Amino acid sequence: MSTKGKVKGIISNLVIVEADGPVSQNEICFIVSGGTRLMAEVIKINGQNAFVQVFESTTGVKINEEVEFAGHMLEVTLGPGILSKNYDGLQNDLDKMDGVFLKRGDYTYPLDHDKKWHFKPLAKAGDIVEAASWLGEVDENGMPHKIMVPFVFKGKYTVKSVSDEGDYTVENTIATLVDSNGKDIKVNMIQKWPVKVAITAYKEKPRPFKLLETGVRTIDTLNPIVEGGTGFIPGPFGAGKTVLQHAISKQAEADIVIVAACGERANEVVEIFTEFPELEDARTGKKLIERTTIIANTSNMPVAAREASVYTAMTLAEYYRSMGLRALLMADSTSRWAQALREMSNRLEELPGPDAFPMDLPAVISSFYARAGYVYLNNGETGSITFIGTVSPAGGNLKEPVTESTKKVARCFYALAQGRADSKRYPAIDPIDSYSKYLEYPEFSEYVGKIISETWLDLVNEAKTILLRGKETYEQINILGDDGVPIDYHVTYWKSEVIDFIVLQQDAFDSIDQSTPIERQQYMLTSVLDICRTSFDFDSFNDVTNYFKKAINLYKQMNYSEFKSEKFNKFEQELNDLIAERRIA
Amino acid sequence: MEKTAFQKIYTKISQITKATCSLEATDVGYGELAIVNGKLAQVVKIIGGLVTLQVFGGTEGIPTNAEVTFLGKAPSIKVSEDLAGRFFNAYGDPIDGGPAVEGEERIIGGPSVNPVRRKQPSELIATGIAGIDLNNTLVSGQKIPFFADPDQPFNQVMAMVALRAKTDKIILGGMGLTNDDYLFYKNVFDNAGALDRIISFVNTTDNPPVERLLVPDMALTAAEYFAVEKNETVLVLLTDMTLYADALSIVSNRMDQIPSKDSMPGSLYSDLAKIYEKAVQFPEGGSITIIAVTTLSGGDITHAIPDNTGYITEGQLFLRRDSDVGKVIVDPFRSLSRLKQLVIGKKTREDHPQVMNSAVRLFADAANAKTKLENGFDLTDYDQRCLSFAKDYSEKLLAIDVNIDIDQMLNTGWNLFNTHFKPEEVGIKQELVDKYWPKN
Ligand SMILES: Nc1ncnc2c1ncn2[C@@H]1O[C@H](COP(=O)(O)OP(=O)(O)OP(=O)(O)O)[C@@H](O)[C@H]1O
Ligand SMILES: [Mg+2]
Repeated sequence: MSTKGKVKGIISNLVIVEADGPVSQNEICFIVSGGTRLMAEVIKINGQNAFVQVFESTTGVKINEEVEFAGHMLEVTLGPGILSKNYDGLQNDLDKMDGVFLKRGDYTYPLDHDKKWHFKPLAKAGDIVEAASWLGEVDENGMPHKIMVPFVFKGKYTVKSVSDEGDYTVENTIATLVDSNGKDIKVNMIQKWPVKVAITAYKEKPRPFKLLETGVRTIDTLNPIVEGGTGFIPGPFGAGKTVLQHAISKQAEADIVIVAACGERANEVVEIFTEFPELEDARTGKKLIERTTIIANTSNMPVAAREASVYTAMTLAEYYRSMGLRALLMADSTSRWAQALREMSNRLEELPGPDAFPMDLPAVISSFYARAGYVYLNNGETGSITFIGTVSPAGGNLKEPVTESTKKVARCFYALAQGRADSKRYPAIDPIDSYSKYLEYPEFSEYVGKIISETWLDLVNEAKTILLRGKETYEQINILGDDGVPIDYHVTYWKSEVIDFIVLQQDAFDSIDQSTPIERQQYMLTSVLDICRTSFDFDSFNDVTNYFKKAINLYKQMNYSEFKSEKFNKFEQELNDLIAERRIA
Repeated sequence: MEKTAFQKIYTKISQITKATCSLEATDVGYGELAIVNGKLAQVVKIIGGLVTLQVFGGTEGIPTNAEVTFLGKAPSIKVSEDLAGRFFNAYGDPIDGGPAVEGEERIIGGPSVNPVRRKQPSELIATGIAGIDLNNTLVSGQKIPFFADPDQPFNQVMAMVALRAKTDKIILGGMGLTNDDYLFYKNVFDNAGALDRIISFVNTTDNPPVERLLVPDMALTAAEYFAVEKNETVLVLLTDMTLYADALSIVSNRMDQIPSKDSMPGSLYSDLAKIYEKAVQFPEGGSITIIAVTTLSGGDITHAIPDNTGYITEGQLFLRRDSDVGKVIVDPFRSLSRLKQLVIGKKTREDHPQVMNSAVRLFADAANAKTKLENGFDLTDYDQRCLSFAKDYSEKLLAIDVNIDIDQMLNTGWNLFNTHFKPEEVGIKQELVDKYWPKN
């Protein structure tokens, strides 16, 4: 018999329910209010009273209204058909909802009941299997979607039978397994999993080391992220967090992209709805939307579901990782999720931590980031979840709890600087404050040594040194004046400007410049470093400025041209002539 | 809001604070309206039998034996074509002497638009002001505030923008508007012969501050009616959102909530987002565009109100007095329209993005030159040229009294480049330079 309850108190979307039986922490329940069932989650229990956060507006809810407990935590439904879907934070299929406005209590099925999938068996009768073992696969938008032994299964099972190749719906049985007691268990293509629990049905999680190309130069060249790596992008409003995340989700070398729009603008989600069906994935030729799933809990959608949305997104990523795929998860913005936690914690009258955030915020953030990673599956294959979150610090000040907690766990730090954004130096990632811890991993050095070149990381370090010296020199020039410093200072500064303008700055809205493959990045970095190593002959600092501006202009024209096209070569030739003019032999 | 005969009347208030009162009552819905001693109130908390009401007009003079009746519904407004041309207070009651509006009754602050039912904004809103159209192009379905110190002419600029934008309806949500400003709007709209497409919901400084909390939802519920039902383009003006947020903090502080930054409630982001996210473009042609005002104190944008606003809106417009030309300009550095890339170079001439960027970059170089000058350093020839460019640019393009079309703005830009610079100093794609650089 399932537990029932009655509403005893309402404070905004926190409802106090007196239960008539056992309830568990994080259990889902439904408040039946005037005929509508409002979904809620238990977040605190005190005697017979369950404190539940309602995922909807509580307008009109009355004392003594009925509550039904569901007996399980918040779950997602996993199976083929997740790709290209637009879900809300609770995995309701937004396209299946009627009408222009979201209706309270409208919960829609996340998969398709009737669609037939072409199934190919991978396991055979007699195989010993366990949770996450691959039983077969279907083609989901060209991706081999593995049908697995449900993650909730414990211990070993023997395969009794697997269906023949053919077309099946998600609900058709595709395999029969026998458990250790000799009992038959039928498996179809659907399984459920509670979002707040990590899926750990893999063998081990080694340190990640494979470069994940994003096409964004200041990331790939200067502070690379890896397959299964973690990174975060803090920045004041308007600094370019979302544009950068969208660029990465379009261009990154991932099999699956999950975009969690967490408490941000609806129009930004609409941009994805509009553009991704049109844009092609350069590597596969397929439309971007085919590899993408969107979880939208925009800022006007219920606040409590915002917290759920990031967990929903992470669980979907874990599901695809178990298939041996490279999943990329983007969450914009994790600060909104933290704020949702804060609102609820305040309503529960918990003792507040810094800036009124809950005390356990660092722990919550850290265990979330820990779910990302590169893994060896039980069958020896690999899969990964690369996670990049944005952080929206109040007042742009990085000394605040969400940024500080995230900095402790994320391995790449892409700090967006207001000054760079103001002077339209996009992407506004500060080249000096930002870092990638992966550069320190010997296994990473070895990997890029093989796929790019042995000297690559030396070049990268050289570029970073030039940028740092350029910054220091710039400060000197500002203090002492253009005339107050030797001409050399100007040369040093302008060399760093070449790197800034040509490697760091990238026009996200130009069809060519927006994405740079690693070979091209290598070519340009080598070229730019060549000019940085060259000694020049100048008469005055004015000379220096004019000369480098010309050079930068030519380089920019190269960035805007198709790699090694006639146009590109022409600008390169002009550039070489320009260098020859002033070079000291 | 009238009461009906069969309603139960309570007369035993057990607790009164500055903004709330509590009493034992049954069968009350969360968010429901009530009348307390003739004043409108709303249920904000129910614990067991104890119901807490937020009294919009304040609790001054309310006795413990005051009459309390519950209205059985959340705040609402009647919508129909008859709204057009009318002036209302925060409760939606007429203040223009006209009759009450008949129509379908709608709960205000209703549900959000399903994101998959939205359309990507793509219609440019031309204002004639180059600081906006050239550098920070507005798009229908956008939400954007003016960030301005209280002494800047934001109400004038907003009224000008509203009248030049070709929209079917203009809805004014006035919060803490001075009576003079209210009359200013009324006059401008009247003189422009636009009154029949204007609807106003106004809370003036004479009215209790907590009442303001109803104004945006009133205005936006009316806007949704015209945008969804009538497929009309609606422009909503909200001024001043800082005063709205102040009212939020009054309420939350009186309800003993733990304040976060700048004594604002922890839910400020969500509260503001619920309003601004009502901006929308529908596939059928209807749209809601929100232009708001957020006044700053001493230009501080790190204060919680402008900071949270910036994180929600699609850019912001900064007004600043440029002492070099003695005019109010739209500051090109701190202003931003996030949606401009949906229209510039697409709905406008191809050179728009690059002309815009280069001009702003050169203006930044001028600012650096100015700093140098102030620090007593010599200026280079380039610095000098940047400074004279900046003056022209400010005067001919950034000033809010400019009123030209976008092609003219672009031509003016190229002329200024030609007057002050060589093509390679401007850093624009060669093809565009070849095509548009003035031949002389
Ligand atoms: N790489 C880029 N190239 C050109 N313009 C850019 C780039 N990045 C950002 N911008 C400009 O900056 C604007 C703001 O960027 P974005 O929306 O990504 O900011 P954000 O950091 O996500 O802000 P918020 O915190 O308010 O969401 C964009 O609309 C665009 O005009
Ligand atoms: Mg953003």
